[in-house]
Amino acid sequence: MLTELEKQLLNDYQQGMPLVSEPYSEIARELNQKGFSVSENDIINSLSSLKERGMVSRVGPVFKPQKVGGSTLAAIAVPDERMEEVAQIVNHFSQVNHNYKREHHLNLWFVVTAGSQEEVEQVLKDIEQQTGLSVMNLPMEQDYHIDLGFPLWC
Amino acid sequence: MDELDRKIITATQSGLPLVKEPYQAIAQQLNIEADLLKQRMKKMLESGQIRRIGAVPNHYKLGYKANAMSVWDVPDELITELGNQLGALSFVSHCYERPRFLPKWPYNLFAMIHGKSKQEVSEKVQQVVILLGDHCAGYELLYSKQILKKTGLRLKQV
Repeated sequence: MLTELEKQLLNDYQQGMPLVSEPYSEIARELNQKGFSVSENDIINSLSSLKERGMVSRVGPVFKPQKVGGSTLAAIAVPDERMEEVAQIVNHFSQVNHNYKREHHLNLWFVVTAGSQEEVEQVLKDIEQQTGLSVMNLPMEQDYHIDLGFPLWC
Repeated sequence: MDELDRKIITATQSGLPLVKEPYQAIAQQLNIEADLLKQRMKKMLESGQIRRIGAVPNHYKLGYKANAMSVWDVPDELITELGNQLGALSFVSHCYERPRFLPKWPYNLFAMIHGKSKQEVSEKVQQVVILLGDHCAGYELLYSKQILKKTGLRLKQV
């Protein structure tokens, strides 16, 4: 379901996409040194196709929310019969950028990021008020992950 | 971080355009020179405000359908050492210390573990269990059932 070029792009370019005027041309040049025979257009088309198929959510910078504003992980124990309604309320906030249903008593887990810590806290308050459910707030205290991208085919 | 940095974040947080000169396209939108944009982004990379630039994979769509948020109760005085060990494992995509929420939530170390099946994830979890040994007072796995929303960082409402 993935071509060799797509696999290579996913493995090599989760990070380190060159910050130059023509990055896709640079990627083509780098891959050609590894034995591929591809053009800038091939790279653009492959990335576009990965995006269209949903396998890549976007191509670009990944910001560290704690460094550019406020962020937290929050959880709610939602009664089964209210899951759809509560998920909708939570998703409605543009500051919620991840929301997962998980197998646990605390079954709704979401990440809130905003321009400031105050705005993050306001969103949590609004969610509590609109759902009538209490929100467990678990802000990150320390990041231990050495981010090398996720090895997909190692 | 100044006003321009914030504008750059807003303009790039949902991705760069897949065109020949993506930075030129963004710079044009912001009414600045492409060189200035690249300079600022380079600075943000160096300071850690930008974690990385590249393709952001959707693990689920790529076949890594099992993802567990593993949560661990470890002694506070050892958390830096143990967190660094967990964070260095190749199958861990995020590893954070978070506050406990007693009494209902005793866990202070979070590690996101991905695999193609629950079986594969639980084998990886066993590796963590062995690594933490007696230092672990308890753990739980919270498998994801459904992604309800996933977007990039949103600095301001669009």
